[in-house]
Amino acid sequence: MLTVIKGGRVIDPGNLDDILDIVIEDGNIVEIKQGALADDENKESKIIDASGKIVAPGLIDMHVHLRDPGYEYKETIETGSRAAAFGGFTAICCMPNTNPVNDSRQVTEYIIKKAVKADIVRVYPVAAISKGLKGESLCEYGELKDAGAVALSDDGNPVMNSQLMRRALEYSSRFNLTVISHCEDFDLVSDGAMNEGAVATKMGLSGIPNAAESIMVLRDISLCELTGVPVHIAHVSTRESVRAIRDAKKRGVPVTAETAPHYFSLTDASVKDYNTNSKMNPPLRTEQDIEAICQGLVDGTIDVIATDHAPHSIIEKAVEFDQAANGIIGLETAVPLGLKLVETGIIDITDLIEKMSKNPARILGLKNGLEIGKTADITIIDPEISYCIDANRFQSLSRNTPFDGWDVKGKAVLTMVGGKIVYQYTT
Amino acid sequence: MELSRKDILDMESLSADEITLILDTADKMREISERPMKKVPTLRGKTVILFFYEPSTRTRTSFDIAAKRLSADSLSLSASSSSMVKGETLIDTGRNLEAMNPDVIVIRHTSAGAPHLLAKMLKSPVINAGDGMHAHPTQSLLDLMTVRENKGQISGIRIAIIGDISHSRVARSNSVGFTKMGADVVLAGPPTMIPKGIETLSVSVTHNMEEAICDADVIMMLRIQKERQQHFLFPSEREYSKIYGLTDAKLKNAKDDVLIMHPGPINRGVEIAYDVADGPYSIILEQVTNGVAVRMALLYLVTGGIRNANGD
Repeated sequence: MLTVIKGGRVIDPGNLDDILDIVIEDGNIVEIKQGALADDENKESKIIDASGKIVAPGLIDMHVHLRDPGYEYKETIETGSRAAAFGGFTAICCMPNTNPVNDSRQVTEYIIKKAVKADIVRVYPVAAISKGLKGESLCEYGELKDAGAVALSDDGNPVMNSQLMRRALEYSSRFNLTVISHCEDFDLVSDGAMNEGAVATKMGLSGIPNAAESIMVLRDISLCELTGVPVHIAHVSTRESVRAIRDAKKRGVPVTAETAPHYFSLTDASVKDYNTNSKMNPPLRTEQDIEAICQGLVDGTIDVIATDHAPHSIIEKAVEFDQAANGIIGLETAVPLGLKLVETGIIDITDLIEKMSKNPARILGLKNGLEIGKTADITIIDPEISYCIDANRFQSLSRNTPFDGWDVKGKAVLTMVGGKIVYQYTT
Repeated sequence: MELSRKDILDMESLSADEITLILDTADKMREISERPMKKVPTLRGKTVILFFYEPSTRTRTSFDIAAKRLSADSLSLSASSSSMVKGETLIDTGRNLEAMNPDVIVIRHTSAGAPHLLAKMLKSPVINAGDGMHAHPTQSLLDLMTVRENKGQISGIRIAIIGDISHSRVARSNSVGFTKMGADVVLAGPPTMIPKGIETLSVSVTHNMEEAICDADVIMMLRIQKERQQHFLFPSEREYSKIYGLTDAKLKNAKDDVLIMHPGPINRGVEIAYDVADGPYSIILEQVTNGVAVRMALLYLVTGGIRNANGD
């Protein structure tokens, strides 16, 4: 049977941008053209009306925490996959800070097995850089690659030991595993609970200075230059980091970077009233940082928008602010928050798709794109639907979001993985 | 006049009128403590829980005495004797305490915002007796009361607060409280102890102690904690005391009628010289005396004030 996505604005950044029909057969794209239906009248077809909507290559969230194994009360591979599908993602990369840590073939294989069983979106494991995320010794990258890991990261922890980081970059290059760096200088962060500045000072909370991030960004850029091995900087939150990455890229250093929607949507002011759903690491910064991040998205300094989806239950969040866990969920709010950048004219829809699909695929070496012969991983976005974000209706097991109750515009209305519809919006 | 709020959480949320009401009420309460029979029946039948998650002598004793002088039943609970050591959350502990129908819960906690969290969850009035580095409103109120008593007014006076501003909830609450009441606040300390953005509280900042005290009407010294050396905030007590300790020599440049305050506990010989703490300018013990009056006023006001006292 054929599936035809009809009449949508098909955008494949750098490749296509037109009103086209996409014909899908046996999970693959077999035709992209205008008026495709007429030629295939004789075949039985399922028609998806995409008029007025954006048809994009499947969105990829390269920074997600699935909490499985170990913290299944926060999220499982299945619930996280479903949240991804509802949010418009056809693929997600899950970070290794589970329990046990994904630093072994067994855990990597477990994740892949569970994801295949859930059969919703593609789940690509990111394995640990160091054993137990302890920053003391290298994991067996050969084994992890073979088991199916697509990248390496100690996310949640920085690799404080520069020598280990250097060797990790060198050794990983043998296996084509992208190294994703969580940039945080532990000593500078100390007992910091939020962004350092007037808000923290008034609230009596210890601050985390911007330099705690940018120092490590600069270090990793230096190691990147030293080794010639690409580094991907996770969750950029500060203007200093943006500047450092921009300068490095100008010099031809193979560094790439991501930011998360909250870093261009919120400032540290939203920590007001000790709202633990605004607590994350790195912390929410200031208007100036938001400006720099937007500029970084515009000029290509920041390649990717990833959510850093970090589910926590109310047990970790309904506590004293300094005791609360870091992180917010993001899979089901990323598209409307990204579209806000389009709505306000900061970037255009093609840029957004590039940063949420094409670029993560390029950085990780994953398949992607709307071309004949390719796998039909497709996201259809309706940029016009207005609604109020309701965390209680999320597919994620967790509810820790500062965006609950926000009036937004635009959402993913259909997510297709390998030709199969894994989510479809119904009014 | 009545206090129209449930909780006393920080100085930011109190209006100048409310502060004046509290201070006026405290002025009246002070006399009770000077009677031979130091007890009035005002809060008879009321229960006050003093929940101190962090060690405290002065504040807890002060609240306890305040409650007892108003005939309320008070009981103290510390973190080590509560279920918090068994892993119970603050909210659960609070709900359990509330289930026993207290009329006021006084809380001290190591985490900034803990009293706010509790206040949001509970129907009982919550009084913040100090939360992390955030706020210590009852200390600020007793300081305001003491200055007003000695200077006749707060508006127009200049107060220098000297020491580890970064870690001090007293400095924060007094910065807010004194500026709200029309005073000028200058904060002084080494650059390592001045938190970023503190000037947004409408205070001025200097690293030079002499500059801070020369035209000050009130000098408030803050306790320096030895542990802070580990965080590289200062090299030694010796050097700290030399540069930021209040001595007779430094006081030579101060105003003739300057007042010296300290929220306690004091480190004699470190931030304040032995003689200065007991000297003629010191009103440190007066602060402690007024602390009882302010806390009596607050317990009285949050439980309904005049309305409550006339009932039954």
